[in-house]
Amino acid sequence: MKKLFLSLFATILFSTIIFAQIRTLPSIDVKTLDGGSINITELENNGQPIVISFWATWCKPCKKELNTIAEVYEDWQDETGVKLVAISIDESRSMAKVSPYVNASDWDYEVYLDPNGDLKRAMGVSAVPHTFLLDSKKEIVWQHKGYVDGDEDELLEQIKKLAD
Amino acid sequence: MFKKITYSFIASFLALNSFAQNKSGEIHGNFDLNMQSYLEDEIIGAEAADEIILNNAYLNINYTKGDFSTGLRYESYLNALLDFDDDYKGNGVPFRYAAYSMGGLEVTAGNYYEQIGSGLIFRSYENKGLGHDNSMDGIRLKYNPLKGVYLKSFIGKSRTYFTYADGIIRGADYEINVNEALFLKSKTRIIIGQGLVSRFQADNNPKFKLPQNVAAYSSRLNIINGGWNYSGEYAIKLNDPVGSLTTEENNYANGSALMSSLTYSKRGFGIVTEMHRINHMDFRSERAQEKQYIINYIPTLSKQHAYTLLALYPCATQTEGEFGAQVDVFYKIKKGNLLGGKYGTKIIFNLSRINALNGGNSYLNDNMEHTPMFISIKEEELYFKDLNIEIHKKINKKLRASGILAIQSYNKDVLEGKTPGTYGVVESTIAIADVSYKIKKGHTLRIELQELFADGGEGSWSMGLVEYTISPHWFFTAQDMYNWGNYEMSKQLHYVNINCGFLKGTNRIEIGYGKKRAGIFCVGGVCKEVPSSNGFSLTISSSF
Repeated sequence: MKKLFLSLFATILFSTIIFAQIRTLPSIDVKTLDGGSINITELENNGQPIVISFWATWCKPCKKELNTIAEVYEDWQDETGVKLVAISIDESRSMAKVSPYVNASDWDYEVYLDPNGDLKRAMGVSAVPHTFLLDSKKEIVWQHKGYVDGDEDELLEQIKKLAD
Repeated sequence: MFKKITYSFIASFLALNSFAQNKSGEIHGNFDLNMQSYLEDEIIGAEAADEIILNNAYLNINYTKGDFSTGLRYESYLNALLDFDDDYKGNGVPFRYAAYSMGGLEVTAGNYYEQIGSGLIFRSYENKGLGHDNSMDGIRLKYNPLKGVYLKSFIGKSRTYFTYADGIIRGADYEINVNEALFLKSKTRIIIGQGLVSRFQADNNPKFKLPQNVAAYSSRLNIINGGWNYSGEYAIKLNDPVGSLTTEENNYANGSALMSSLTYSKRGFGIVTEMHRINHMDFRSERAQEKQYIINYIPTLSKQHAYTLLALYPCATQTEGEFGAQVDVFYKIKKGNLLGGKYGTKIIFNLSRINALNGGNSYLNDNMEHTPMFISIKEEELYFKDLNIEIHKKINKKLRASGILAIQSYNKDVLEGKTPGTYGVVESTIAIADVSYKIKKGHTLRIELQELFADGGEGSWSMGLVEYTISPHWFFTAQDMYNWGNYEMSKQLHYVNINCGFLKGTNRIEIGYGKKRAGIFCVGGVCKEVPSSNGFSLTISSSF
């Protein structure tokens, strides 16, 4: 039975691998900070680029990345029309801290919660931070793992490429 | 079960063709590999592995087409890294699923991860770093019949290593966003929810009459108004003899858990107050089993630290009984004044304190009628205390600095499950400075200095770290942890680690060499005890 399963899986895999180049967002629900929920495919930015950044309140480089971008976010928006969506993977241990941290840090991002890692797994994120860039059709065109100082410059270059 | 899953798989595959989707399917996934060599090091007590090199690897593949998705994970432990349980052995595909959604109904067959509320009565999840994975294998339904109404139910068996536990786990949950469901335009938003989980396991015990069906249920409430947010959850577990079986005695005490949080925030300011009270609230997929069989999650009520010496003595929830409270304050001093400087200054304060329950928990008392004082702090045994304050400041365009001060108390006997009176409480004071300097575009040097002055445990530690990063492709770090204050001269040792990593596109490769100390490591609320080691490591993380 196991063999049947695997061969079936292999069939699906190989029969589609030839077209599978584009990458769209998976249809997964995330929580909003005010207790609601939204399917991640419903993200909108009127055909302008969207950045999705996975982070957590306990992750130093994540906060460094998002705080650094926060300082220049208005300029980025004026220049490219980009919108940044921060997906917190904080579990129930630290979930209550997300909204106060975001507010206190003066972030203007859209922030959602993914407490049991459903979106994280569906997007192949094994560690945070992990940043994705979406084009006007909301297809993923670029991604980056980790954050070191200066990485935001490369992200901006990639966003500009899309905005042109 | 497997037959069933395969058939539903085929059925959903066939159904795939009837989906009116013009888009072709997509295949994506990710791959992670952790390889480590183990050399003998008598000084730090590290043992060589017979295999010389040990290796863990995972490959996830997901296929999606419209509302249909399927996927699997291949896991390889040849053999598992020393800090993993050696029951992770060999290769396999322990995770595979197929799912589709239509008209608000989502059906998953095979493996899935699920959580009810905060996880007090049920949570299946994975954390590869800690070797934790209790995915479910079975059927899950999620249904969204009306706006703001979310229903889910599931049945399955819970994974432990490469097998599944004996118990059959059934669960159901609803959540109603009252404002959305009743089209209320009120500024106050209310969300309510209730969940129920039940485990069936046959009673084969000749001596005791064991309950074959054991239930746990919880109710939760979330009220949001402007910057205010209240969230509370109360859970009860009924007559579960898990872990308390001996030849002569058994215990059917109920368990309970209450957690409550109130937060307020506005631009530049945020405060979080939390408390919880836990009493005999371990819930396992099989009676009288080890902790690998736990299927619920009691969030630890302390801050999750990212700096090594702050996390040297980490708190762990005592699911048998504890009472705790925590406060966090986030404050950003505006730019432009003396304290705020040119860029503003961030201050973060955190205090947590956890102690034993009054009169012990219901399990110890062996009495279902046992009712200890609900809230009692002063007279009870202290488990953990952490008072810390962080300051983050950007000084100019090139220079950033952070400073942290912390005072911690760590009840080693309780938190590490040792015999009472062996080690007592470790009292420590920790100071950290973290400075990063931008040398030129893309090049940054970062230095961390950490000091831990301790009374008890392994004594005092110092740590230094130097990191040089070249965005976007390279990073290099060297660090030394030095246990200069160990009470045994022969254990006043250095633990040096060197790491170097390369990132390009979606691939990340890191190699390292160094010595690790034995100790408790916690990530994401789960802790494990790891042995000391000395050797090379290779980590590859890639996605497609």
